[in-house]
Amino acid sequence: MALNLSCVGKLYPPSEPYEVSREKIKEFAQALRDGHAAYLDPEAARALGYPDVIAPPSFPMVVTLDAEYRAVLDPELGADGQDRFVHREQRFAYERPIHAGDVITVTVRLAAVERLTRGDVVSYESRVTGRGGDHICTGRSIFVVFEEGS
Amino acid sequence: MSVQSLTLPRYELLEPGFQLPRRAFQVQRKDLVRYGGAARDYNPIHWDDRTATEFGLPGPIAQGMLTMGLALGYLVEWAGDPGAVVDFGGRFPRLVPVPNDGVGVELSLEATVAEKLEPPRVRVNLAVRLDGAKVLVMPRVIVVLR
Repeated sequence: MALNLSCVGKLYPPSEPYEVSREKIKEFAQALRDGHAAYLDPEAARALGYPDVIAPPSFPMVVTLDAEYRAVLDPELGADGQDRFVHREQRFAYERPIHAGDVITVTVRLAAVERLTRGDVVSYESRVTGRGGDHICTGRSIFVVFEEGS
Repeated sequence: MSVQSLTLPRYELLEPGFQLPRRAFQVQRKDLVRYGGAARDYNPIHWDDRTATEFGLPGPIAQGMLTMGLALGYLVEWAGDPGAVVDFGGRFPRLVPVPNDGVGVELSLEATVAEKLEPPRVRVNLAVRLDGAKVLVMPRVIVVLR
């Protein structure tokens, strides 16, 4: 099934605001076995100049993956086998680290699509903003969506 | 200056080609489940054998972002500040099947300072391998040194 190329550039509605807690940062850092004190101890984070504990660099995945998955499911796009996809590339470019207390929102844009013999490649640009809309980081994600039965 | 800061990399002392010490990570099935929960990534290809088999894989595969997160953690440790890693991109040229055998797989990481940018920024080139084959390549990780 061909992808709907007219969807390229489509901007999806902002995600529900997500409040970043100290506990979630700790859980995420521990899943990566990253024991830096700035994730766990507000005093250590403040000593580095941050307002509270900060999140590991890959933390935005907690909100971007879900937002991008919703975009993959967009019926207008017509991606095959929408529950069968793997991650091929990921980038994040930061303006500032995420810290506990941030309330973050993701706005996803379909940046590009490409047809493969066994599926589709979809690229998303995800803009992550804080309370009041300040720009925290931008993600660029590329997924391969495999055809059913491939 | 604190004692710790004396051991941190200093921009003026680094030269392109500087290799960070190699690092190995053991990754087991339970690590995939734990990371998936923490990252809210519930894709069954990371934990369900049946789904993985349908994909023609020997078993569930590690999340690419688990591998990337482990690699970035190493750079955080090196730079001494999680906020120092300001821009990074990577691709996953190979999947990493992780058997549920209580041992898992060993990933090996190598990272090199590729370029000195506007002080105090450096570009690091990083790769993670499984059995010699690259599973993550990150040619452009920007680290702001103190």
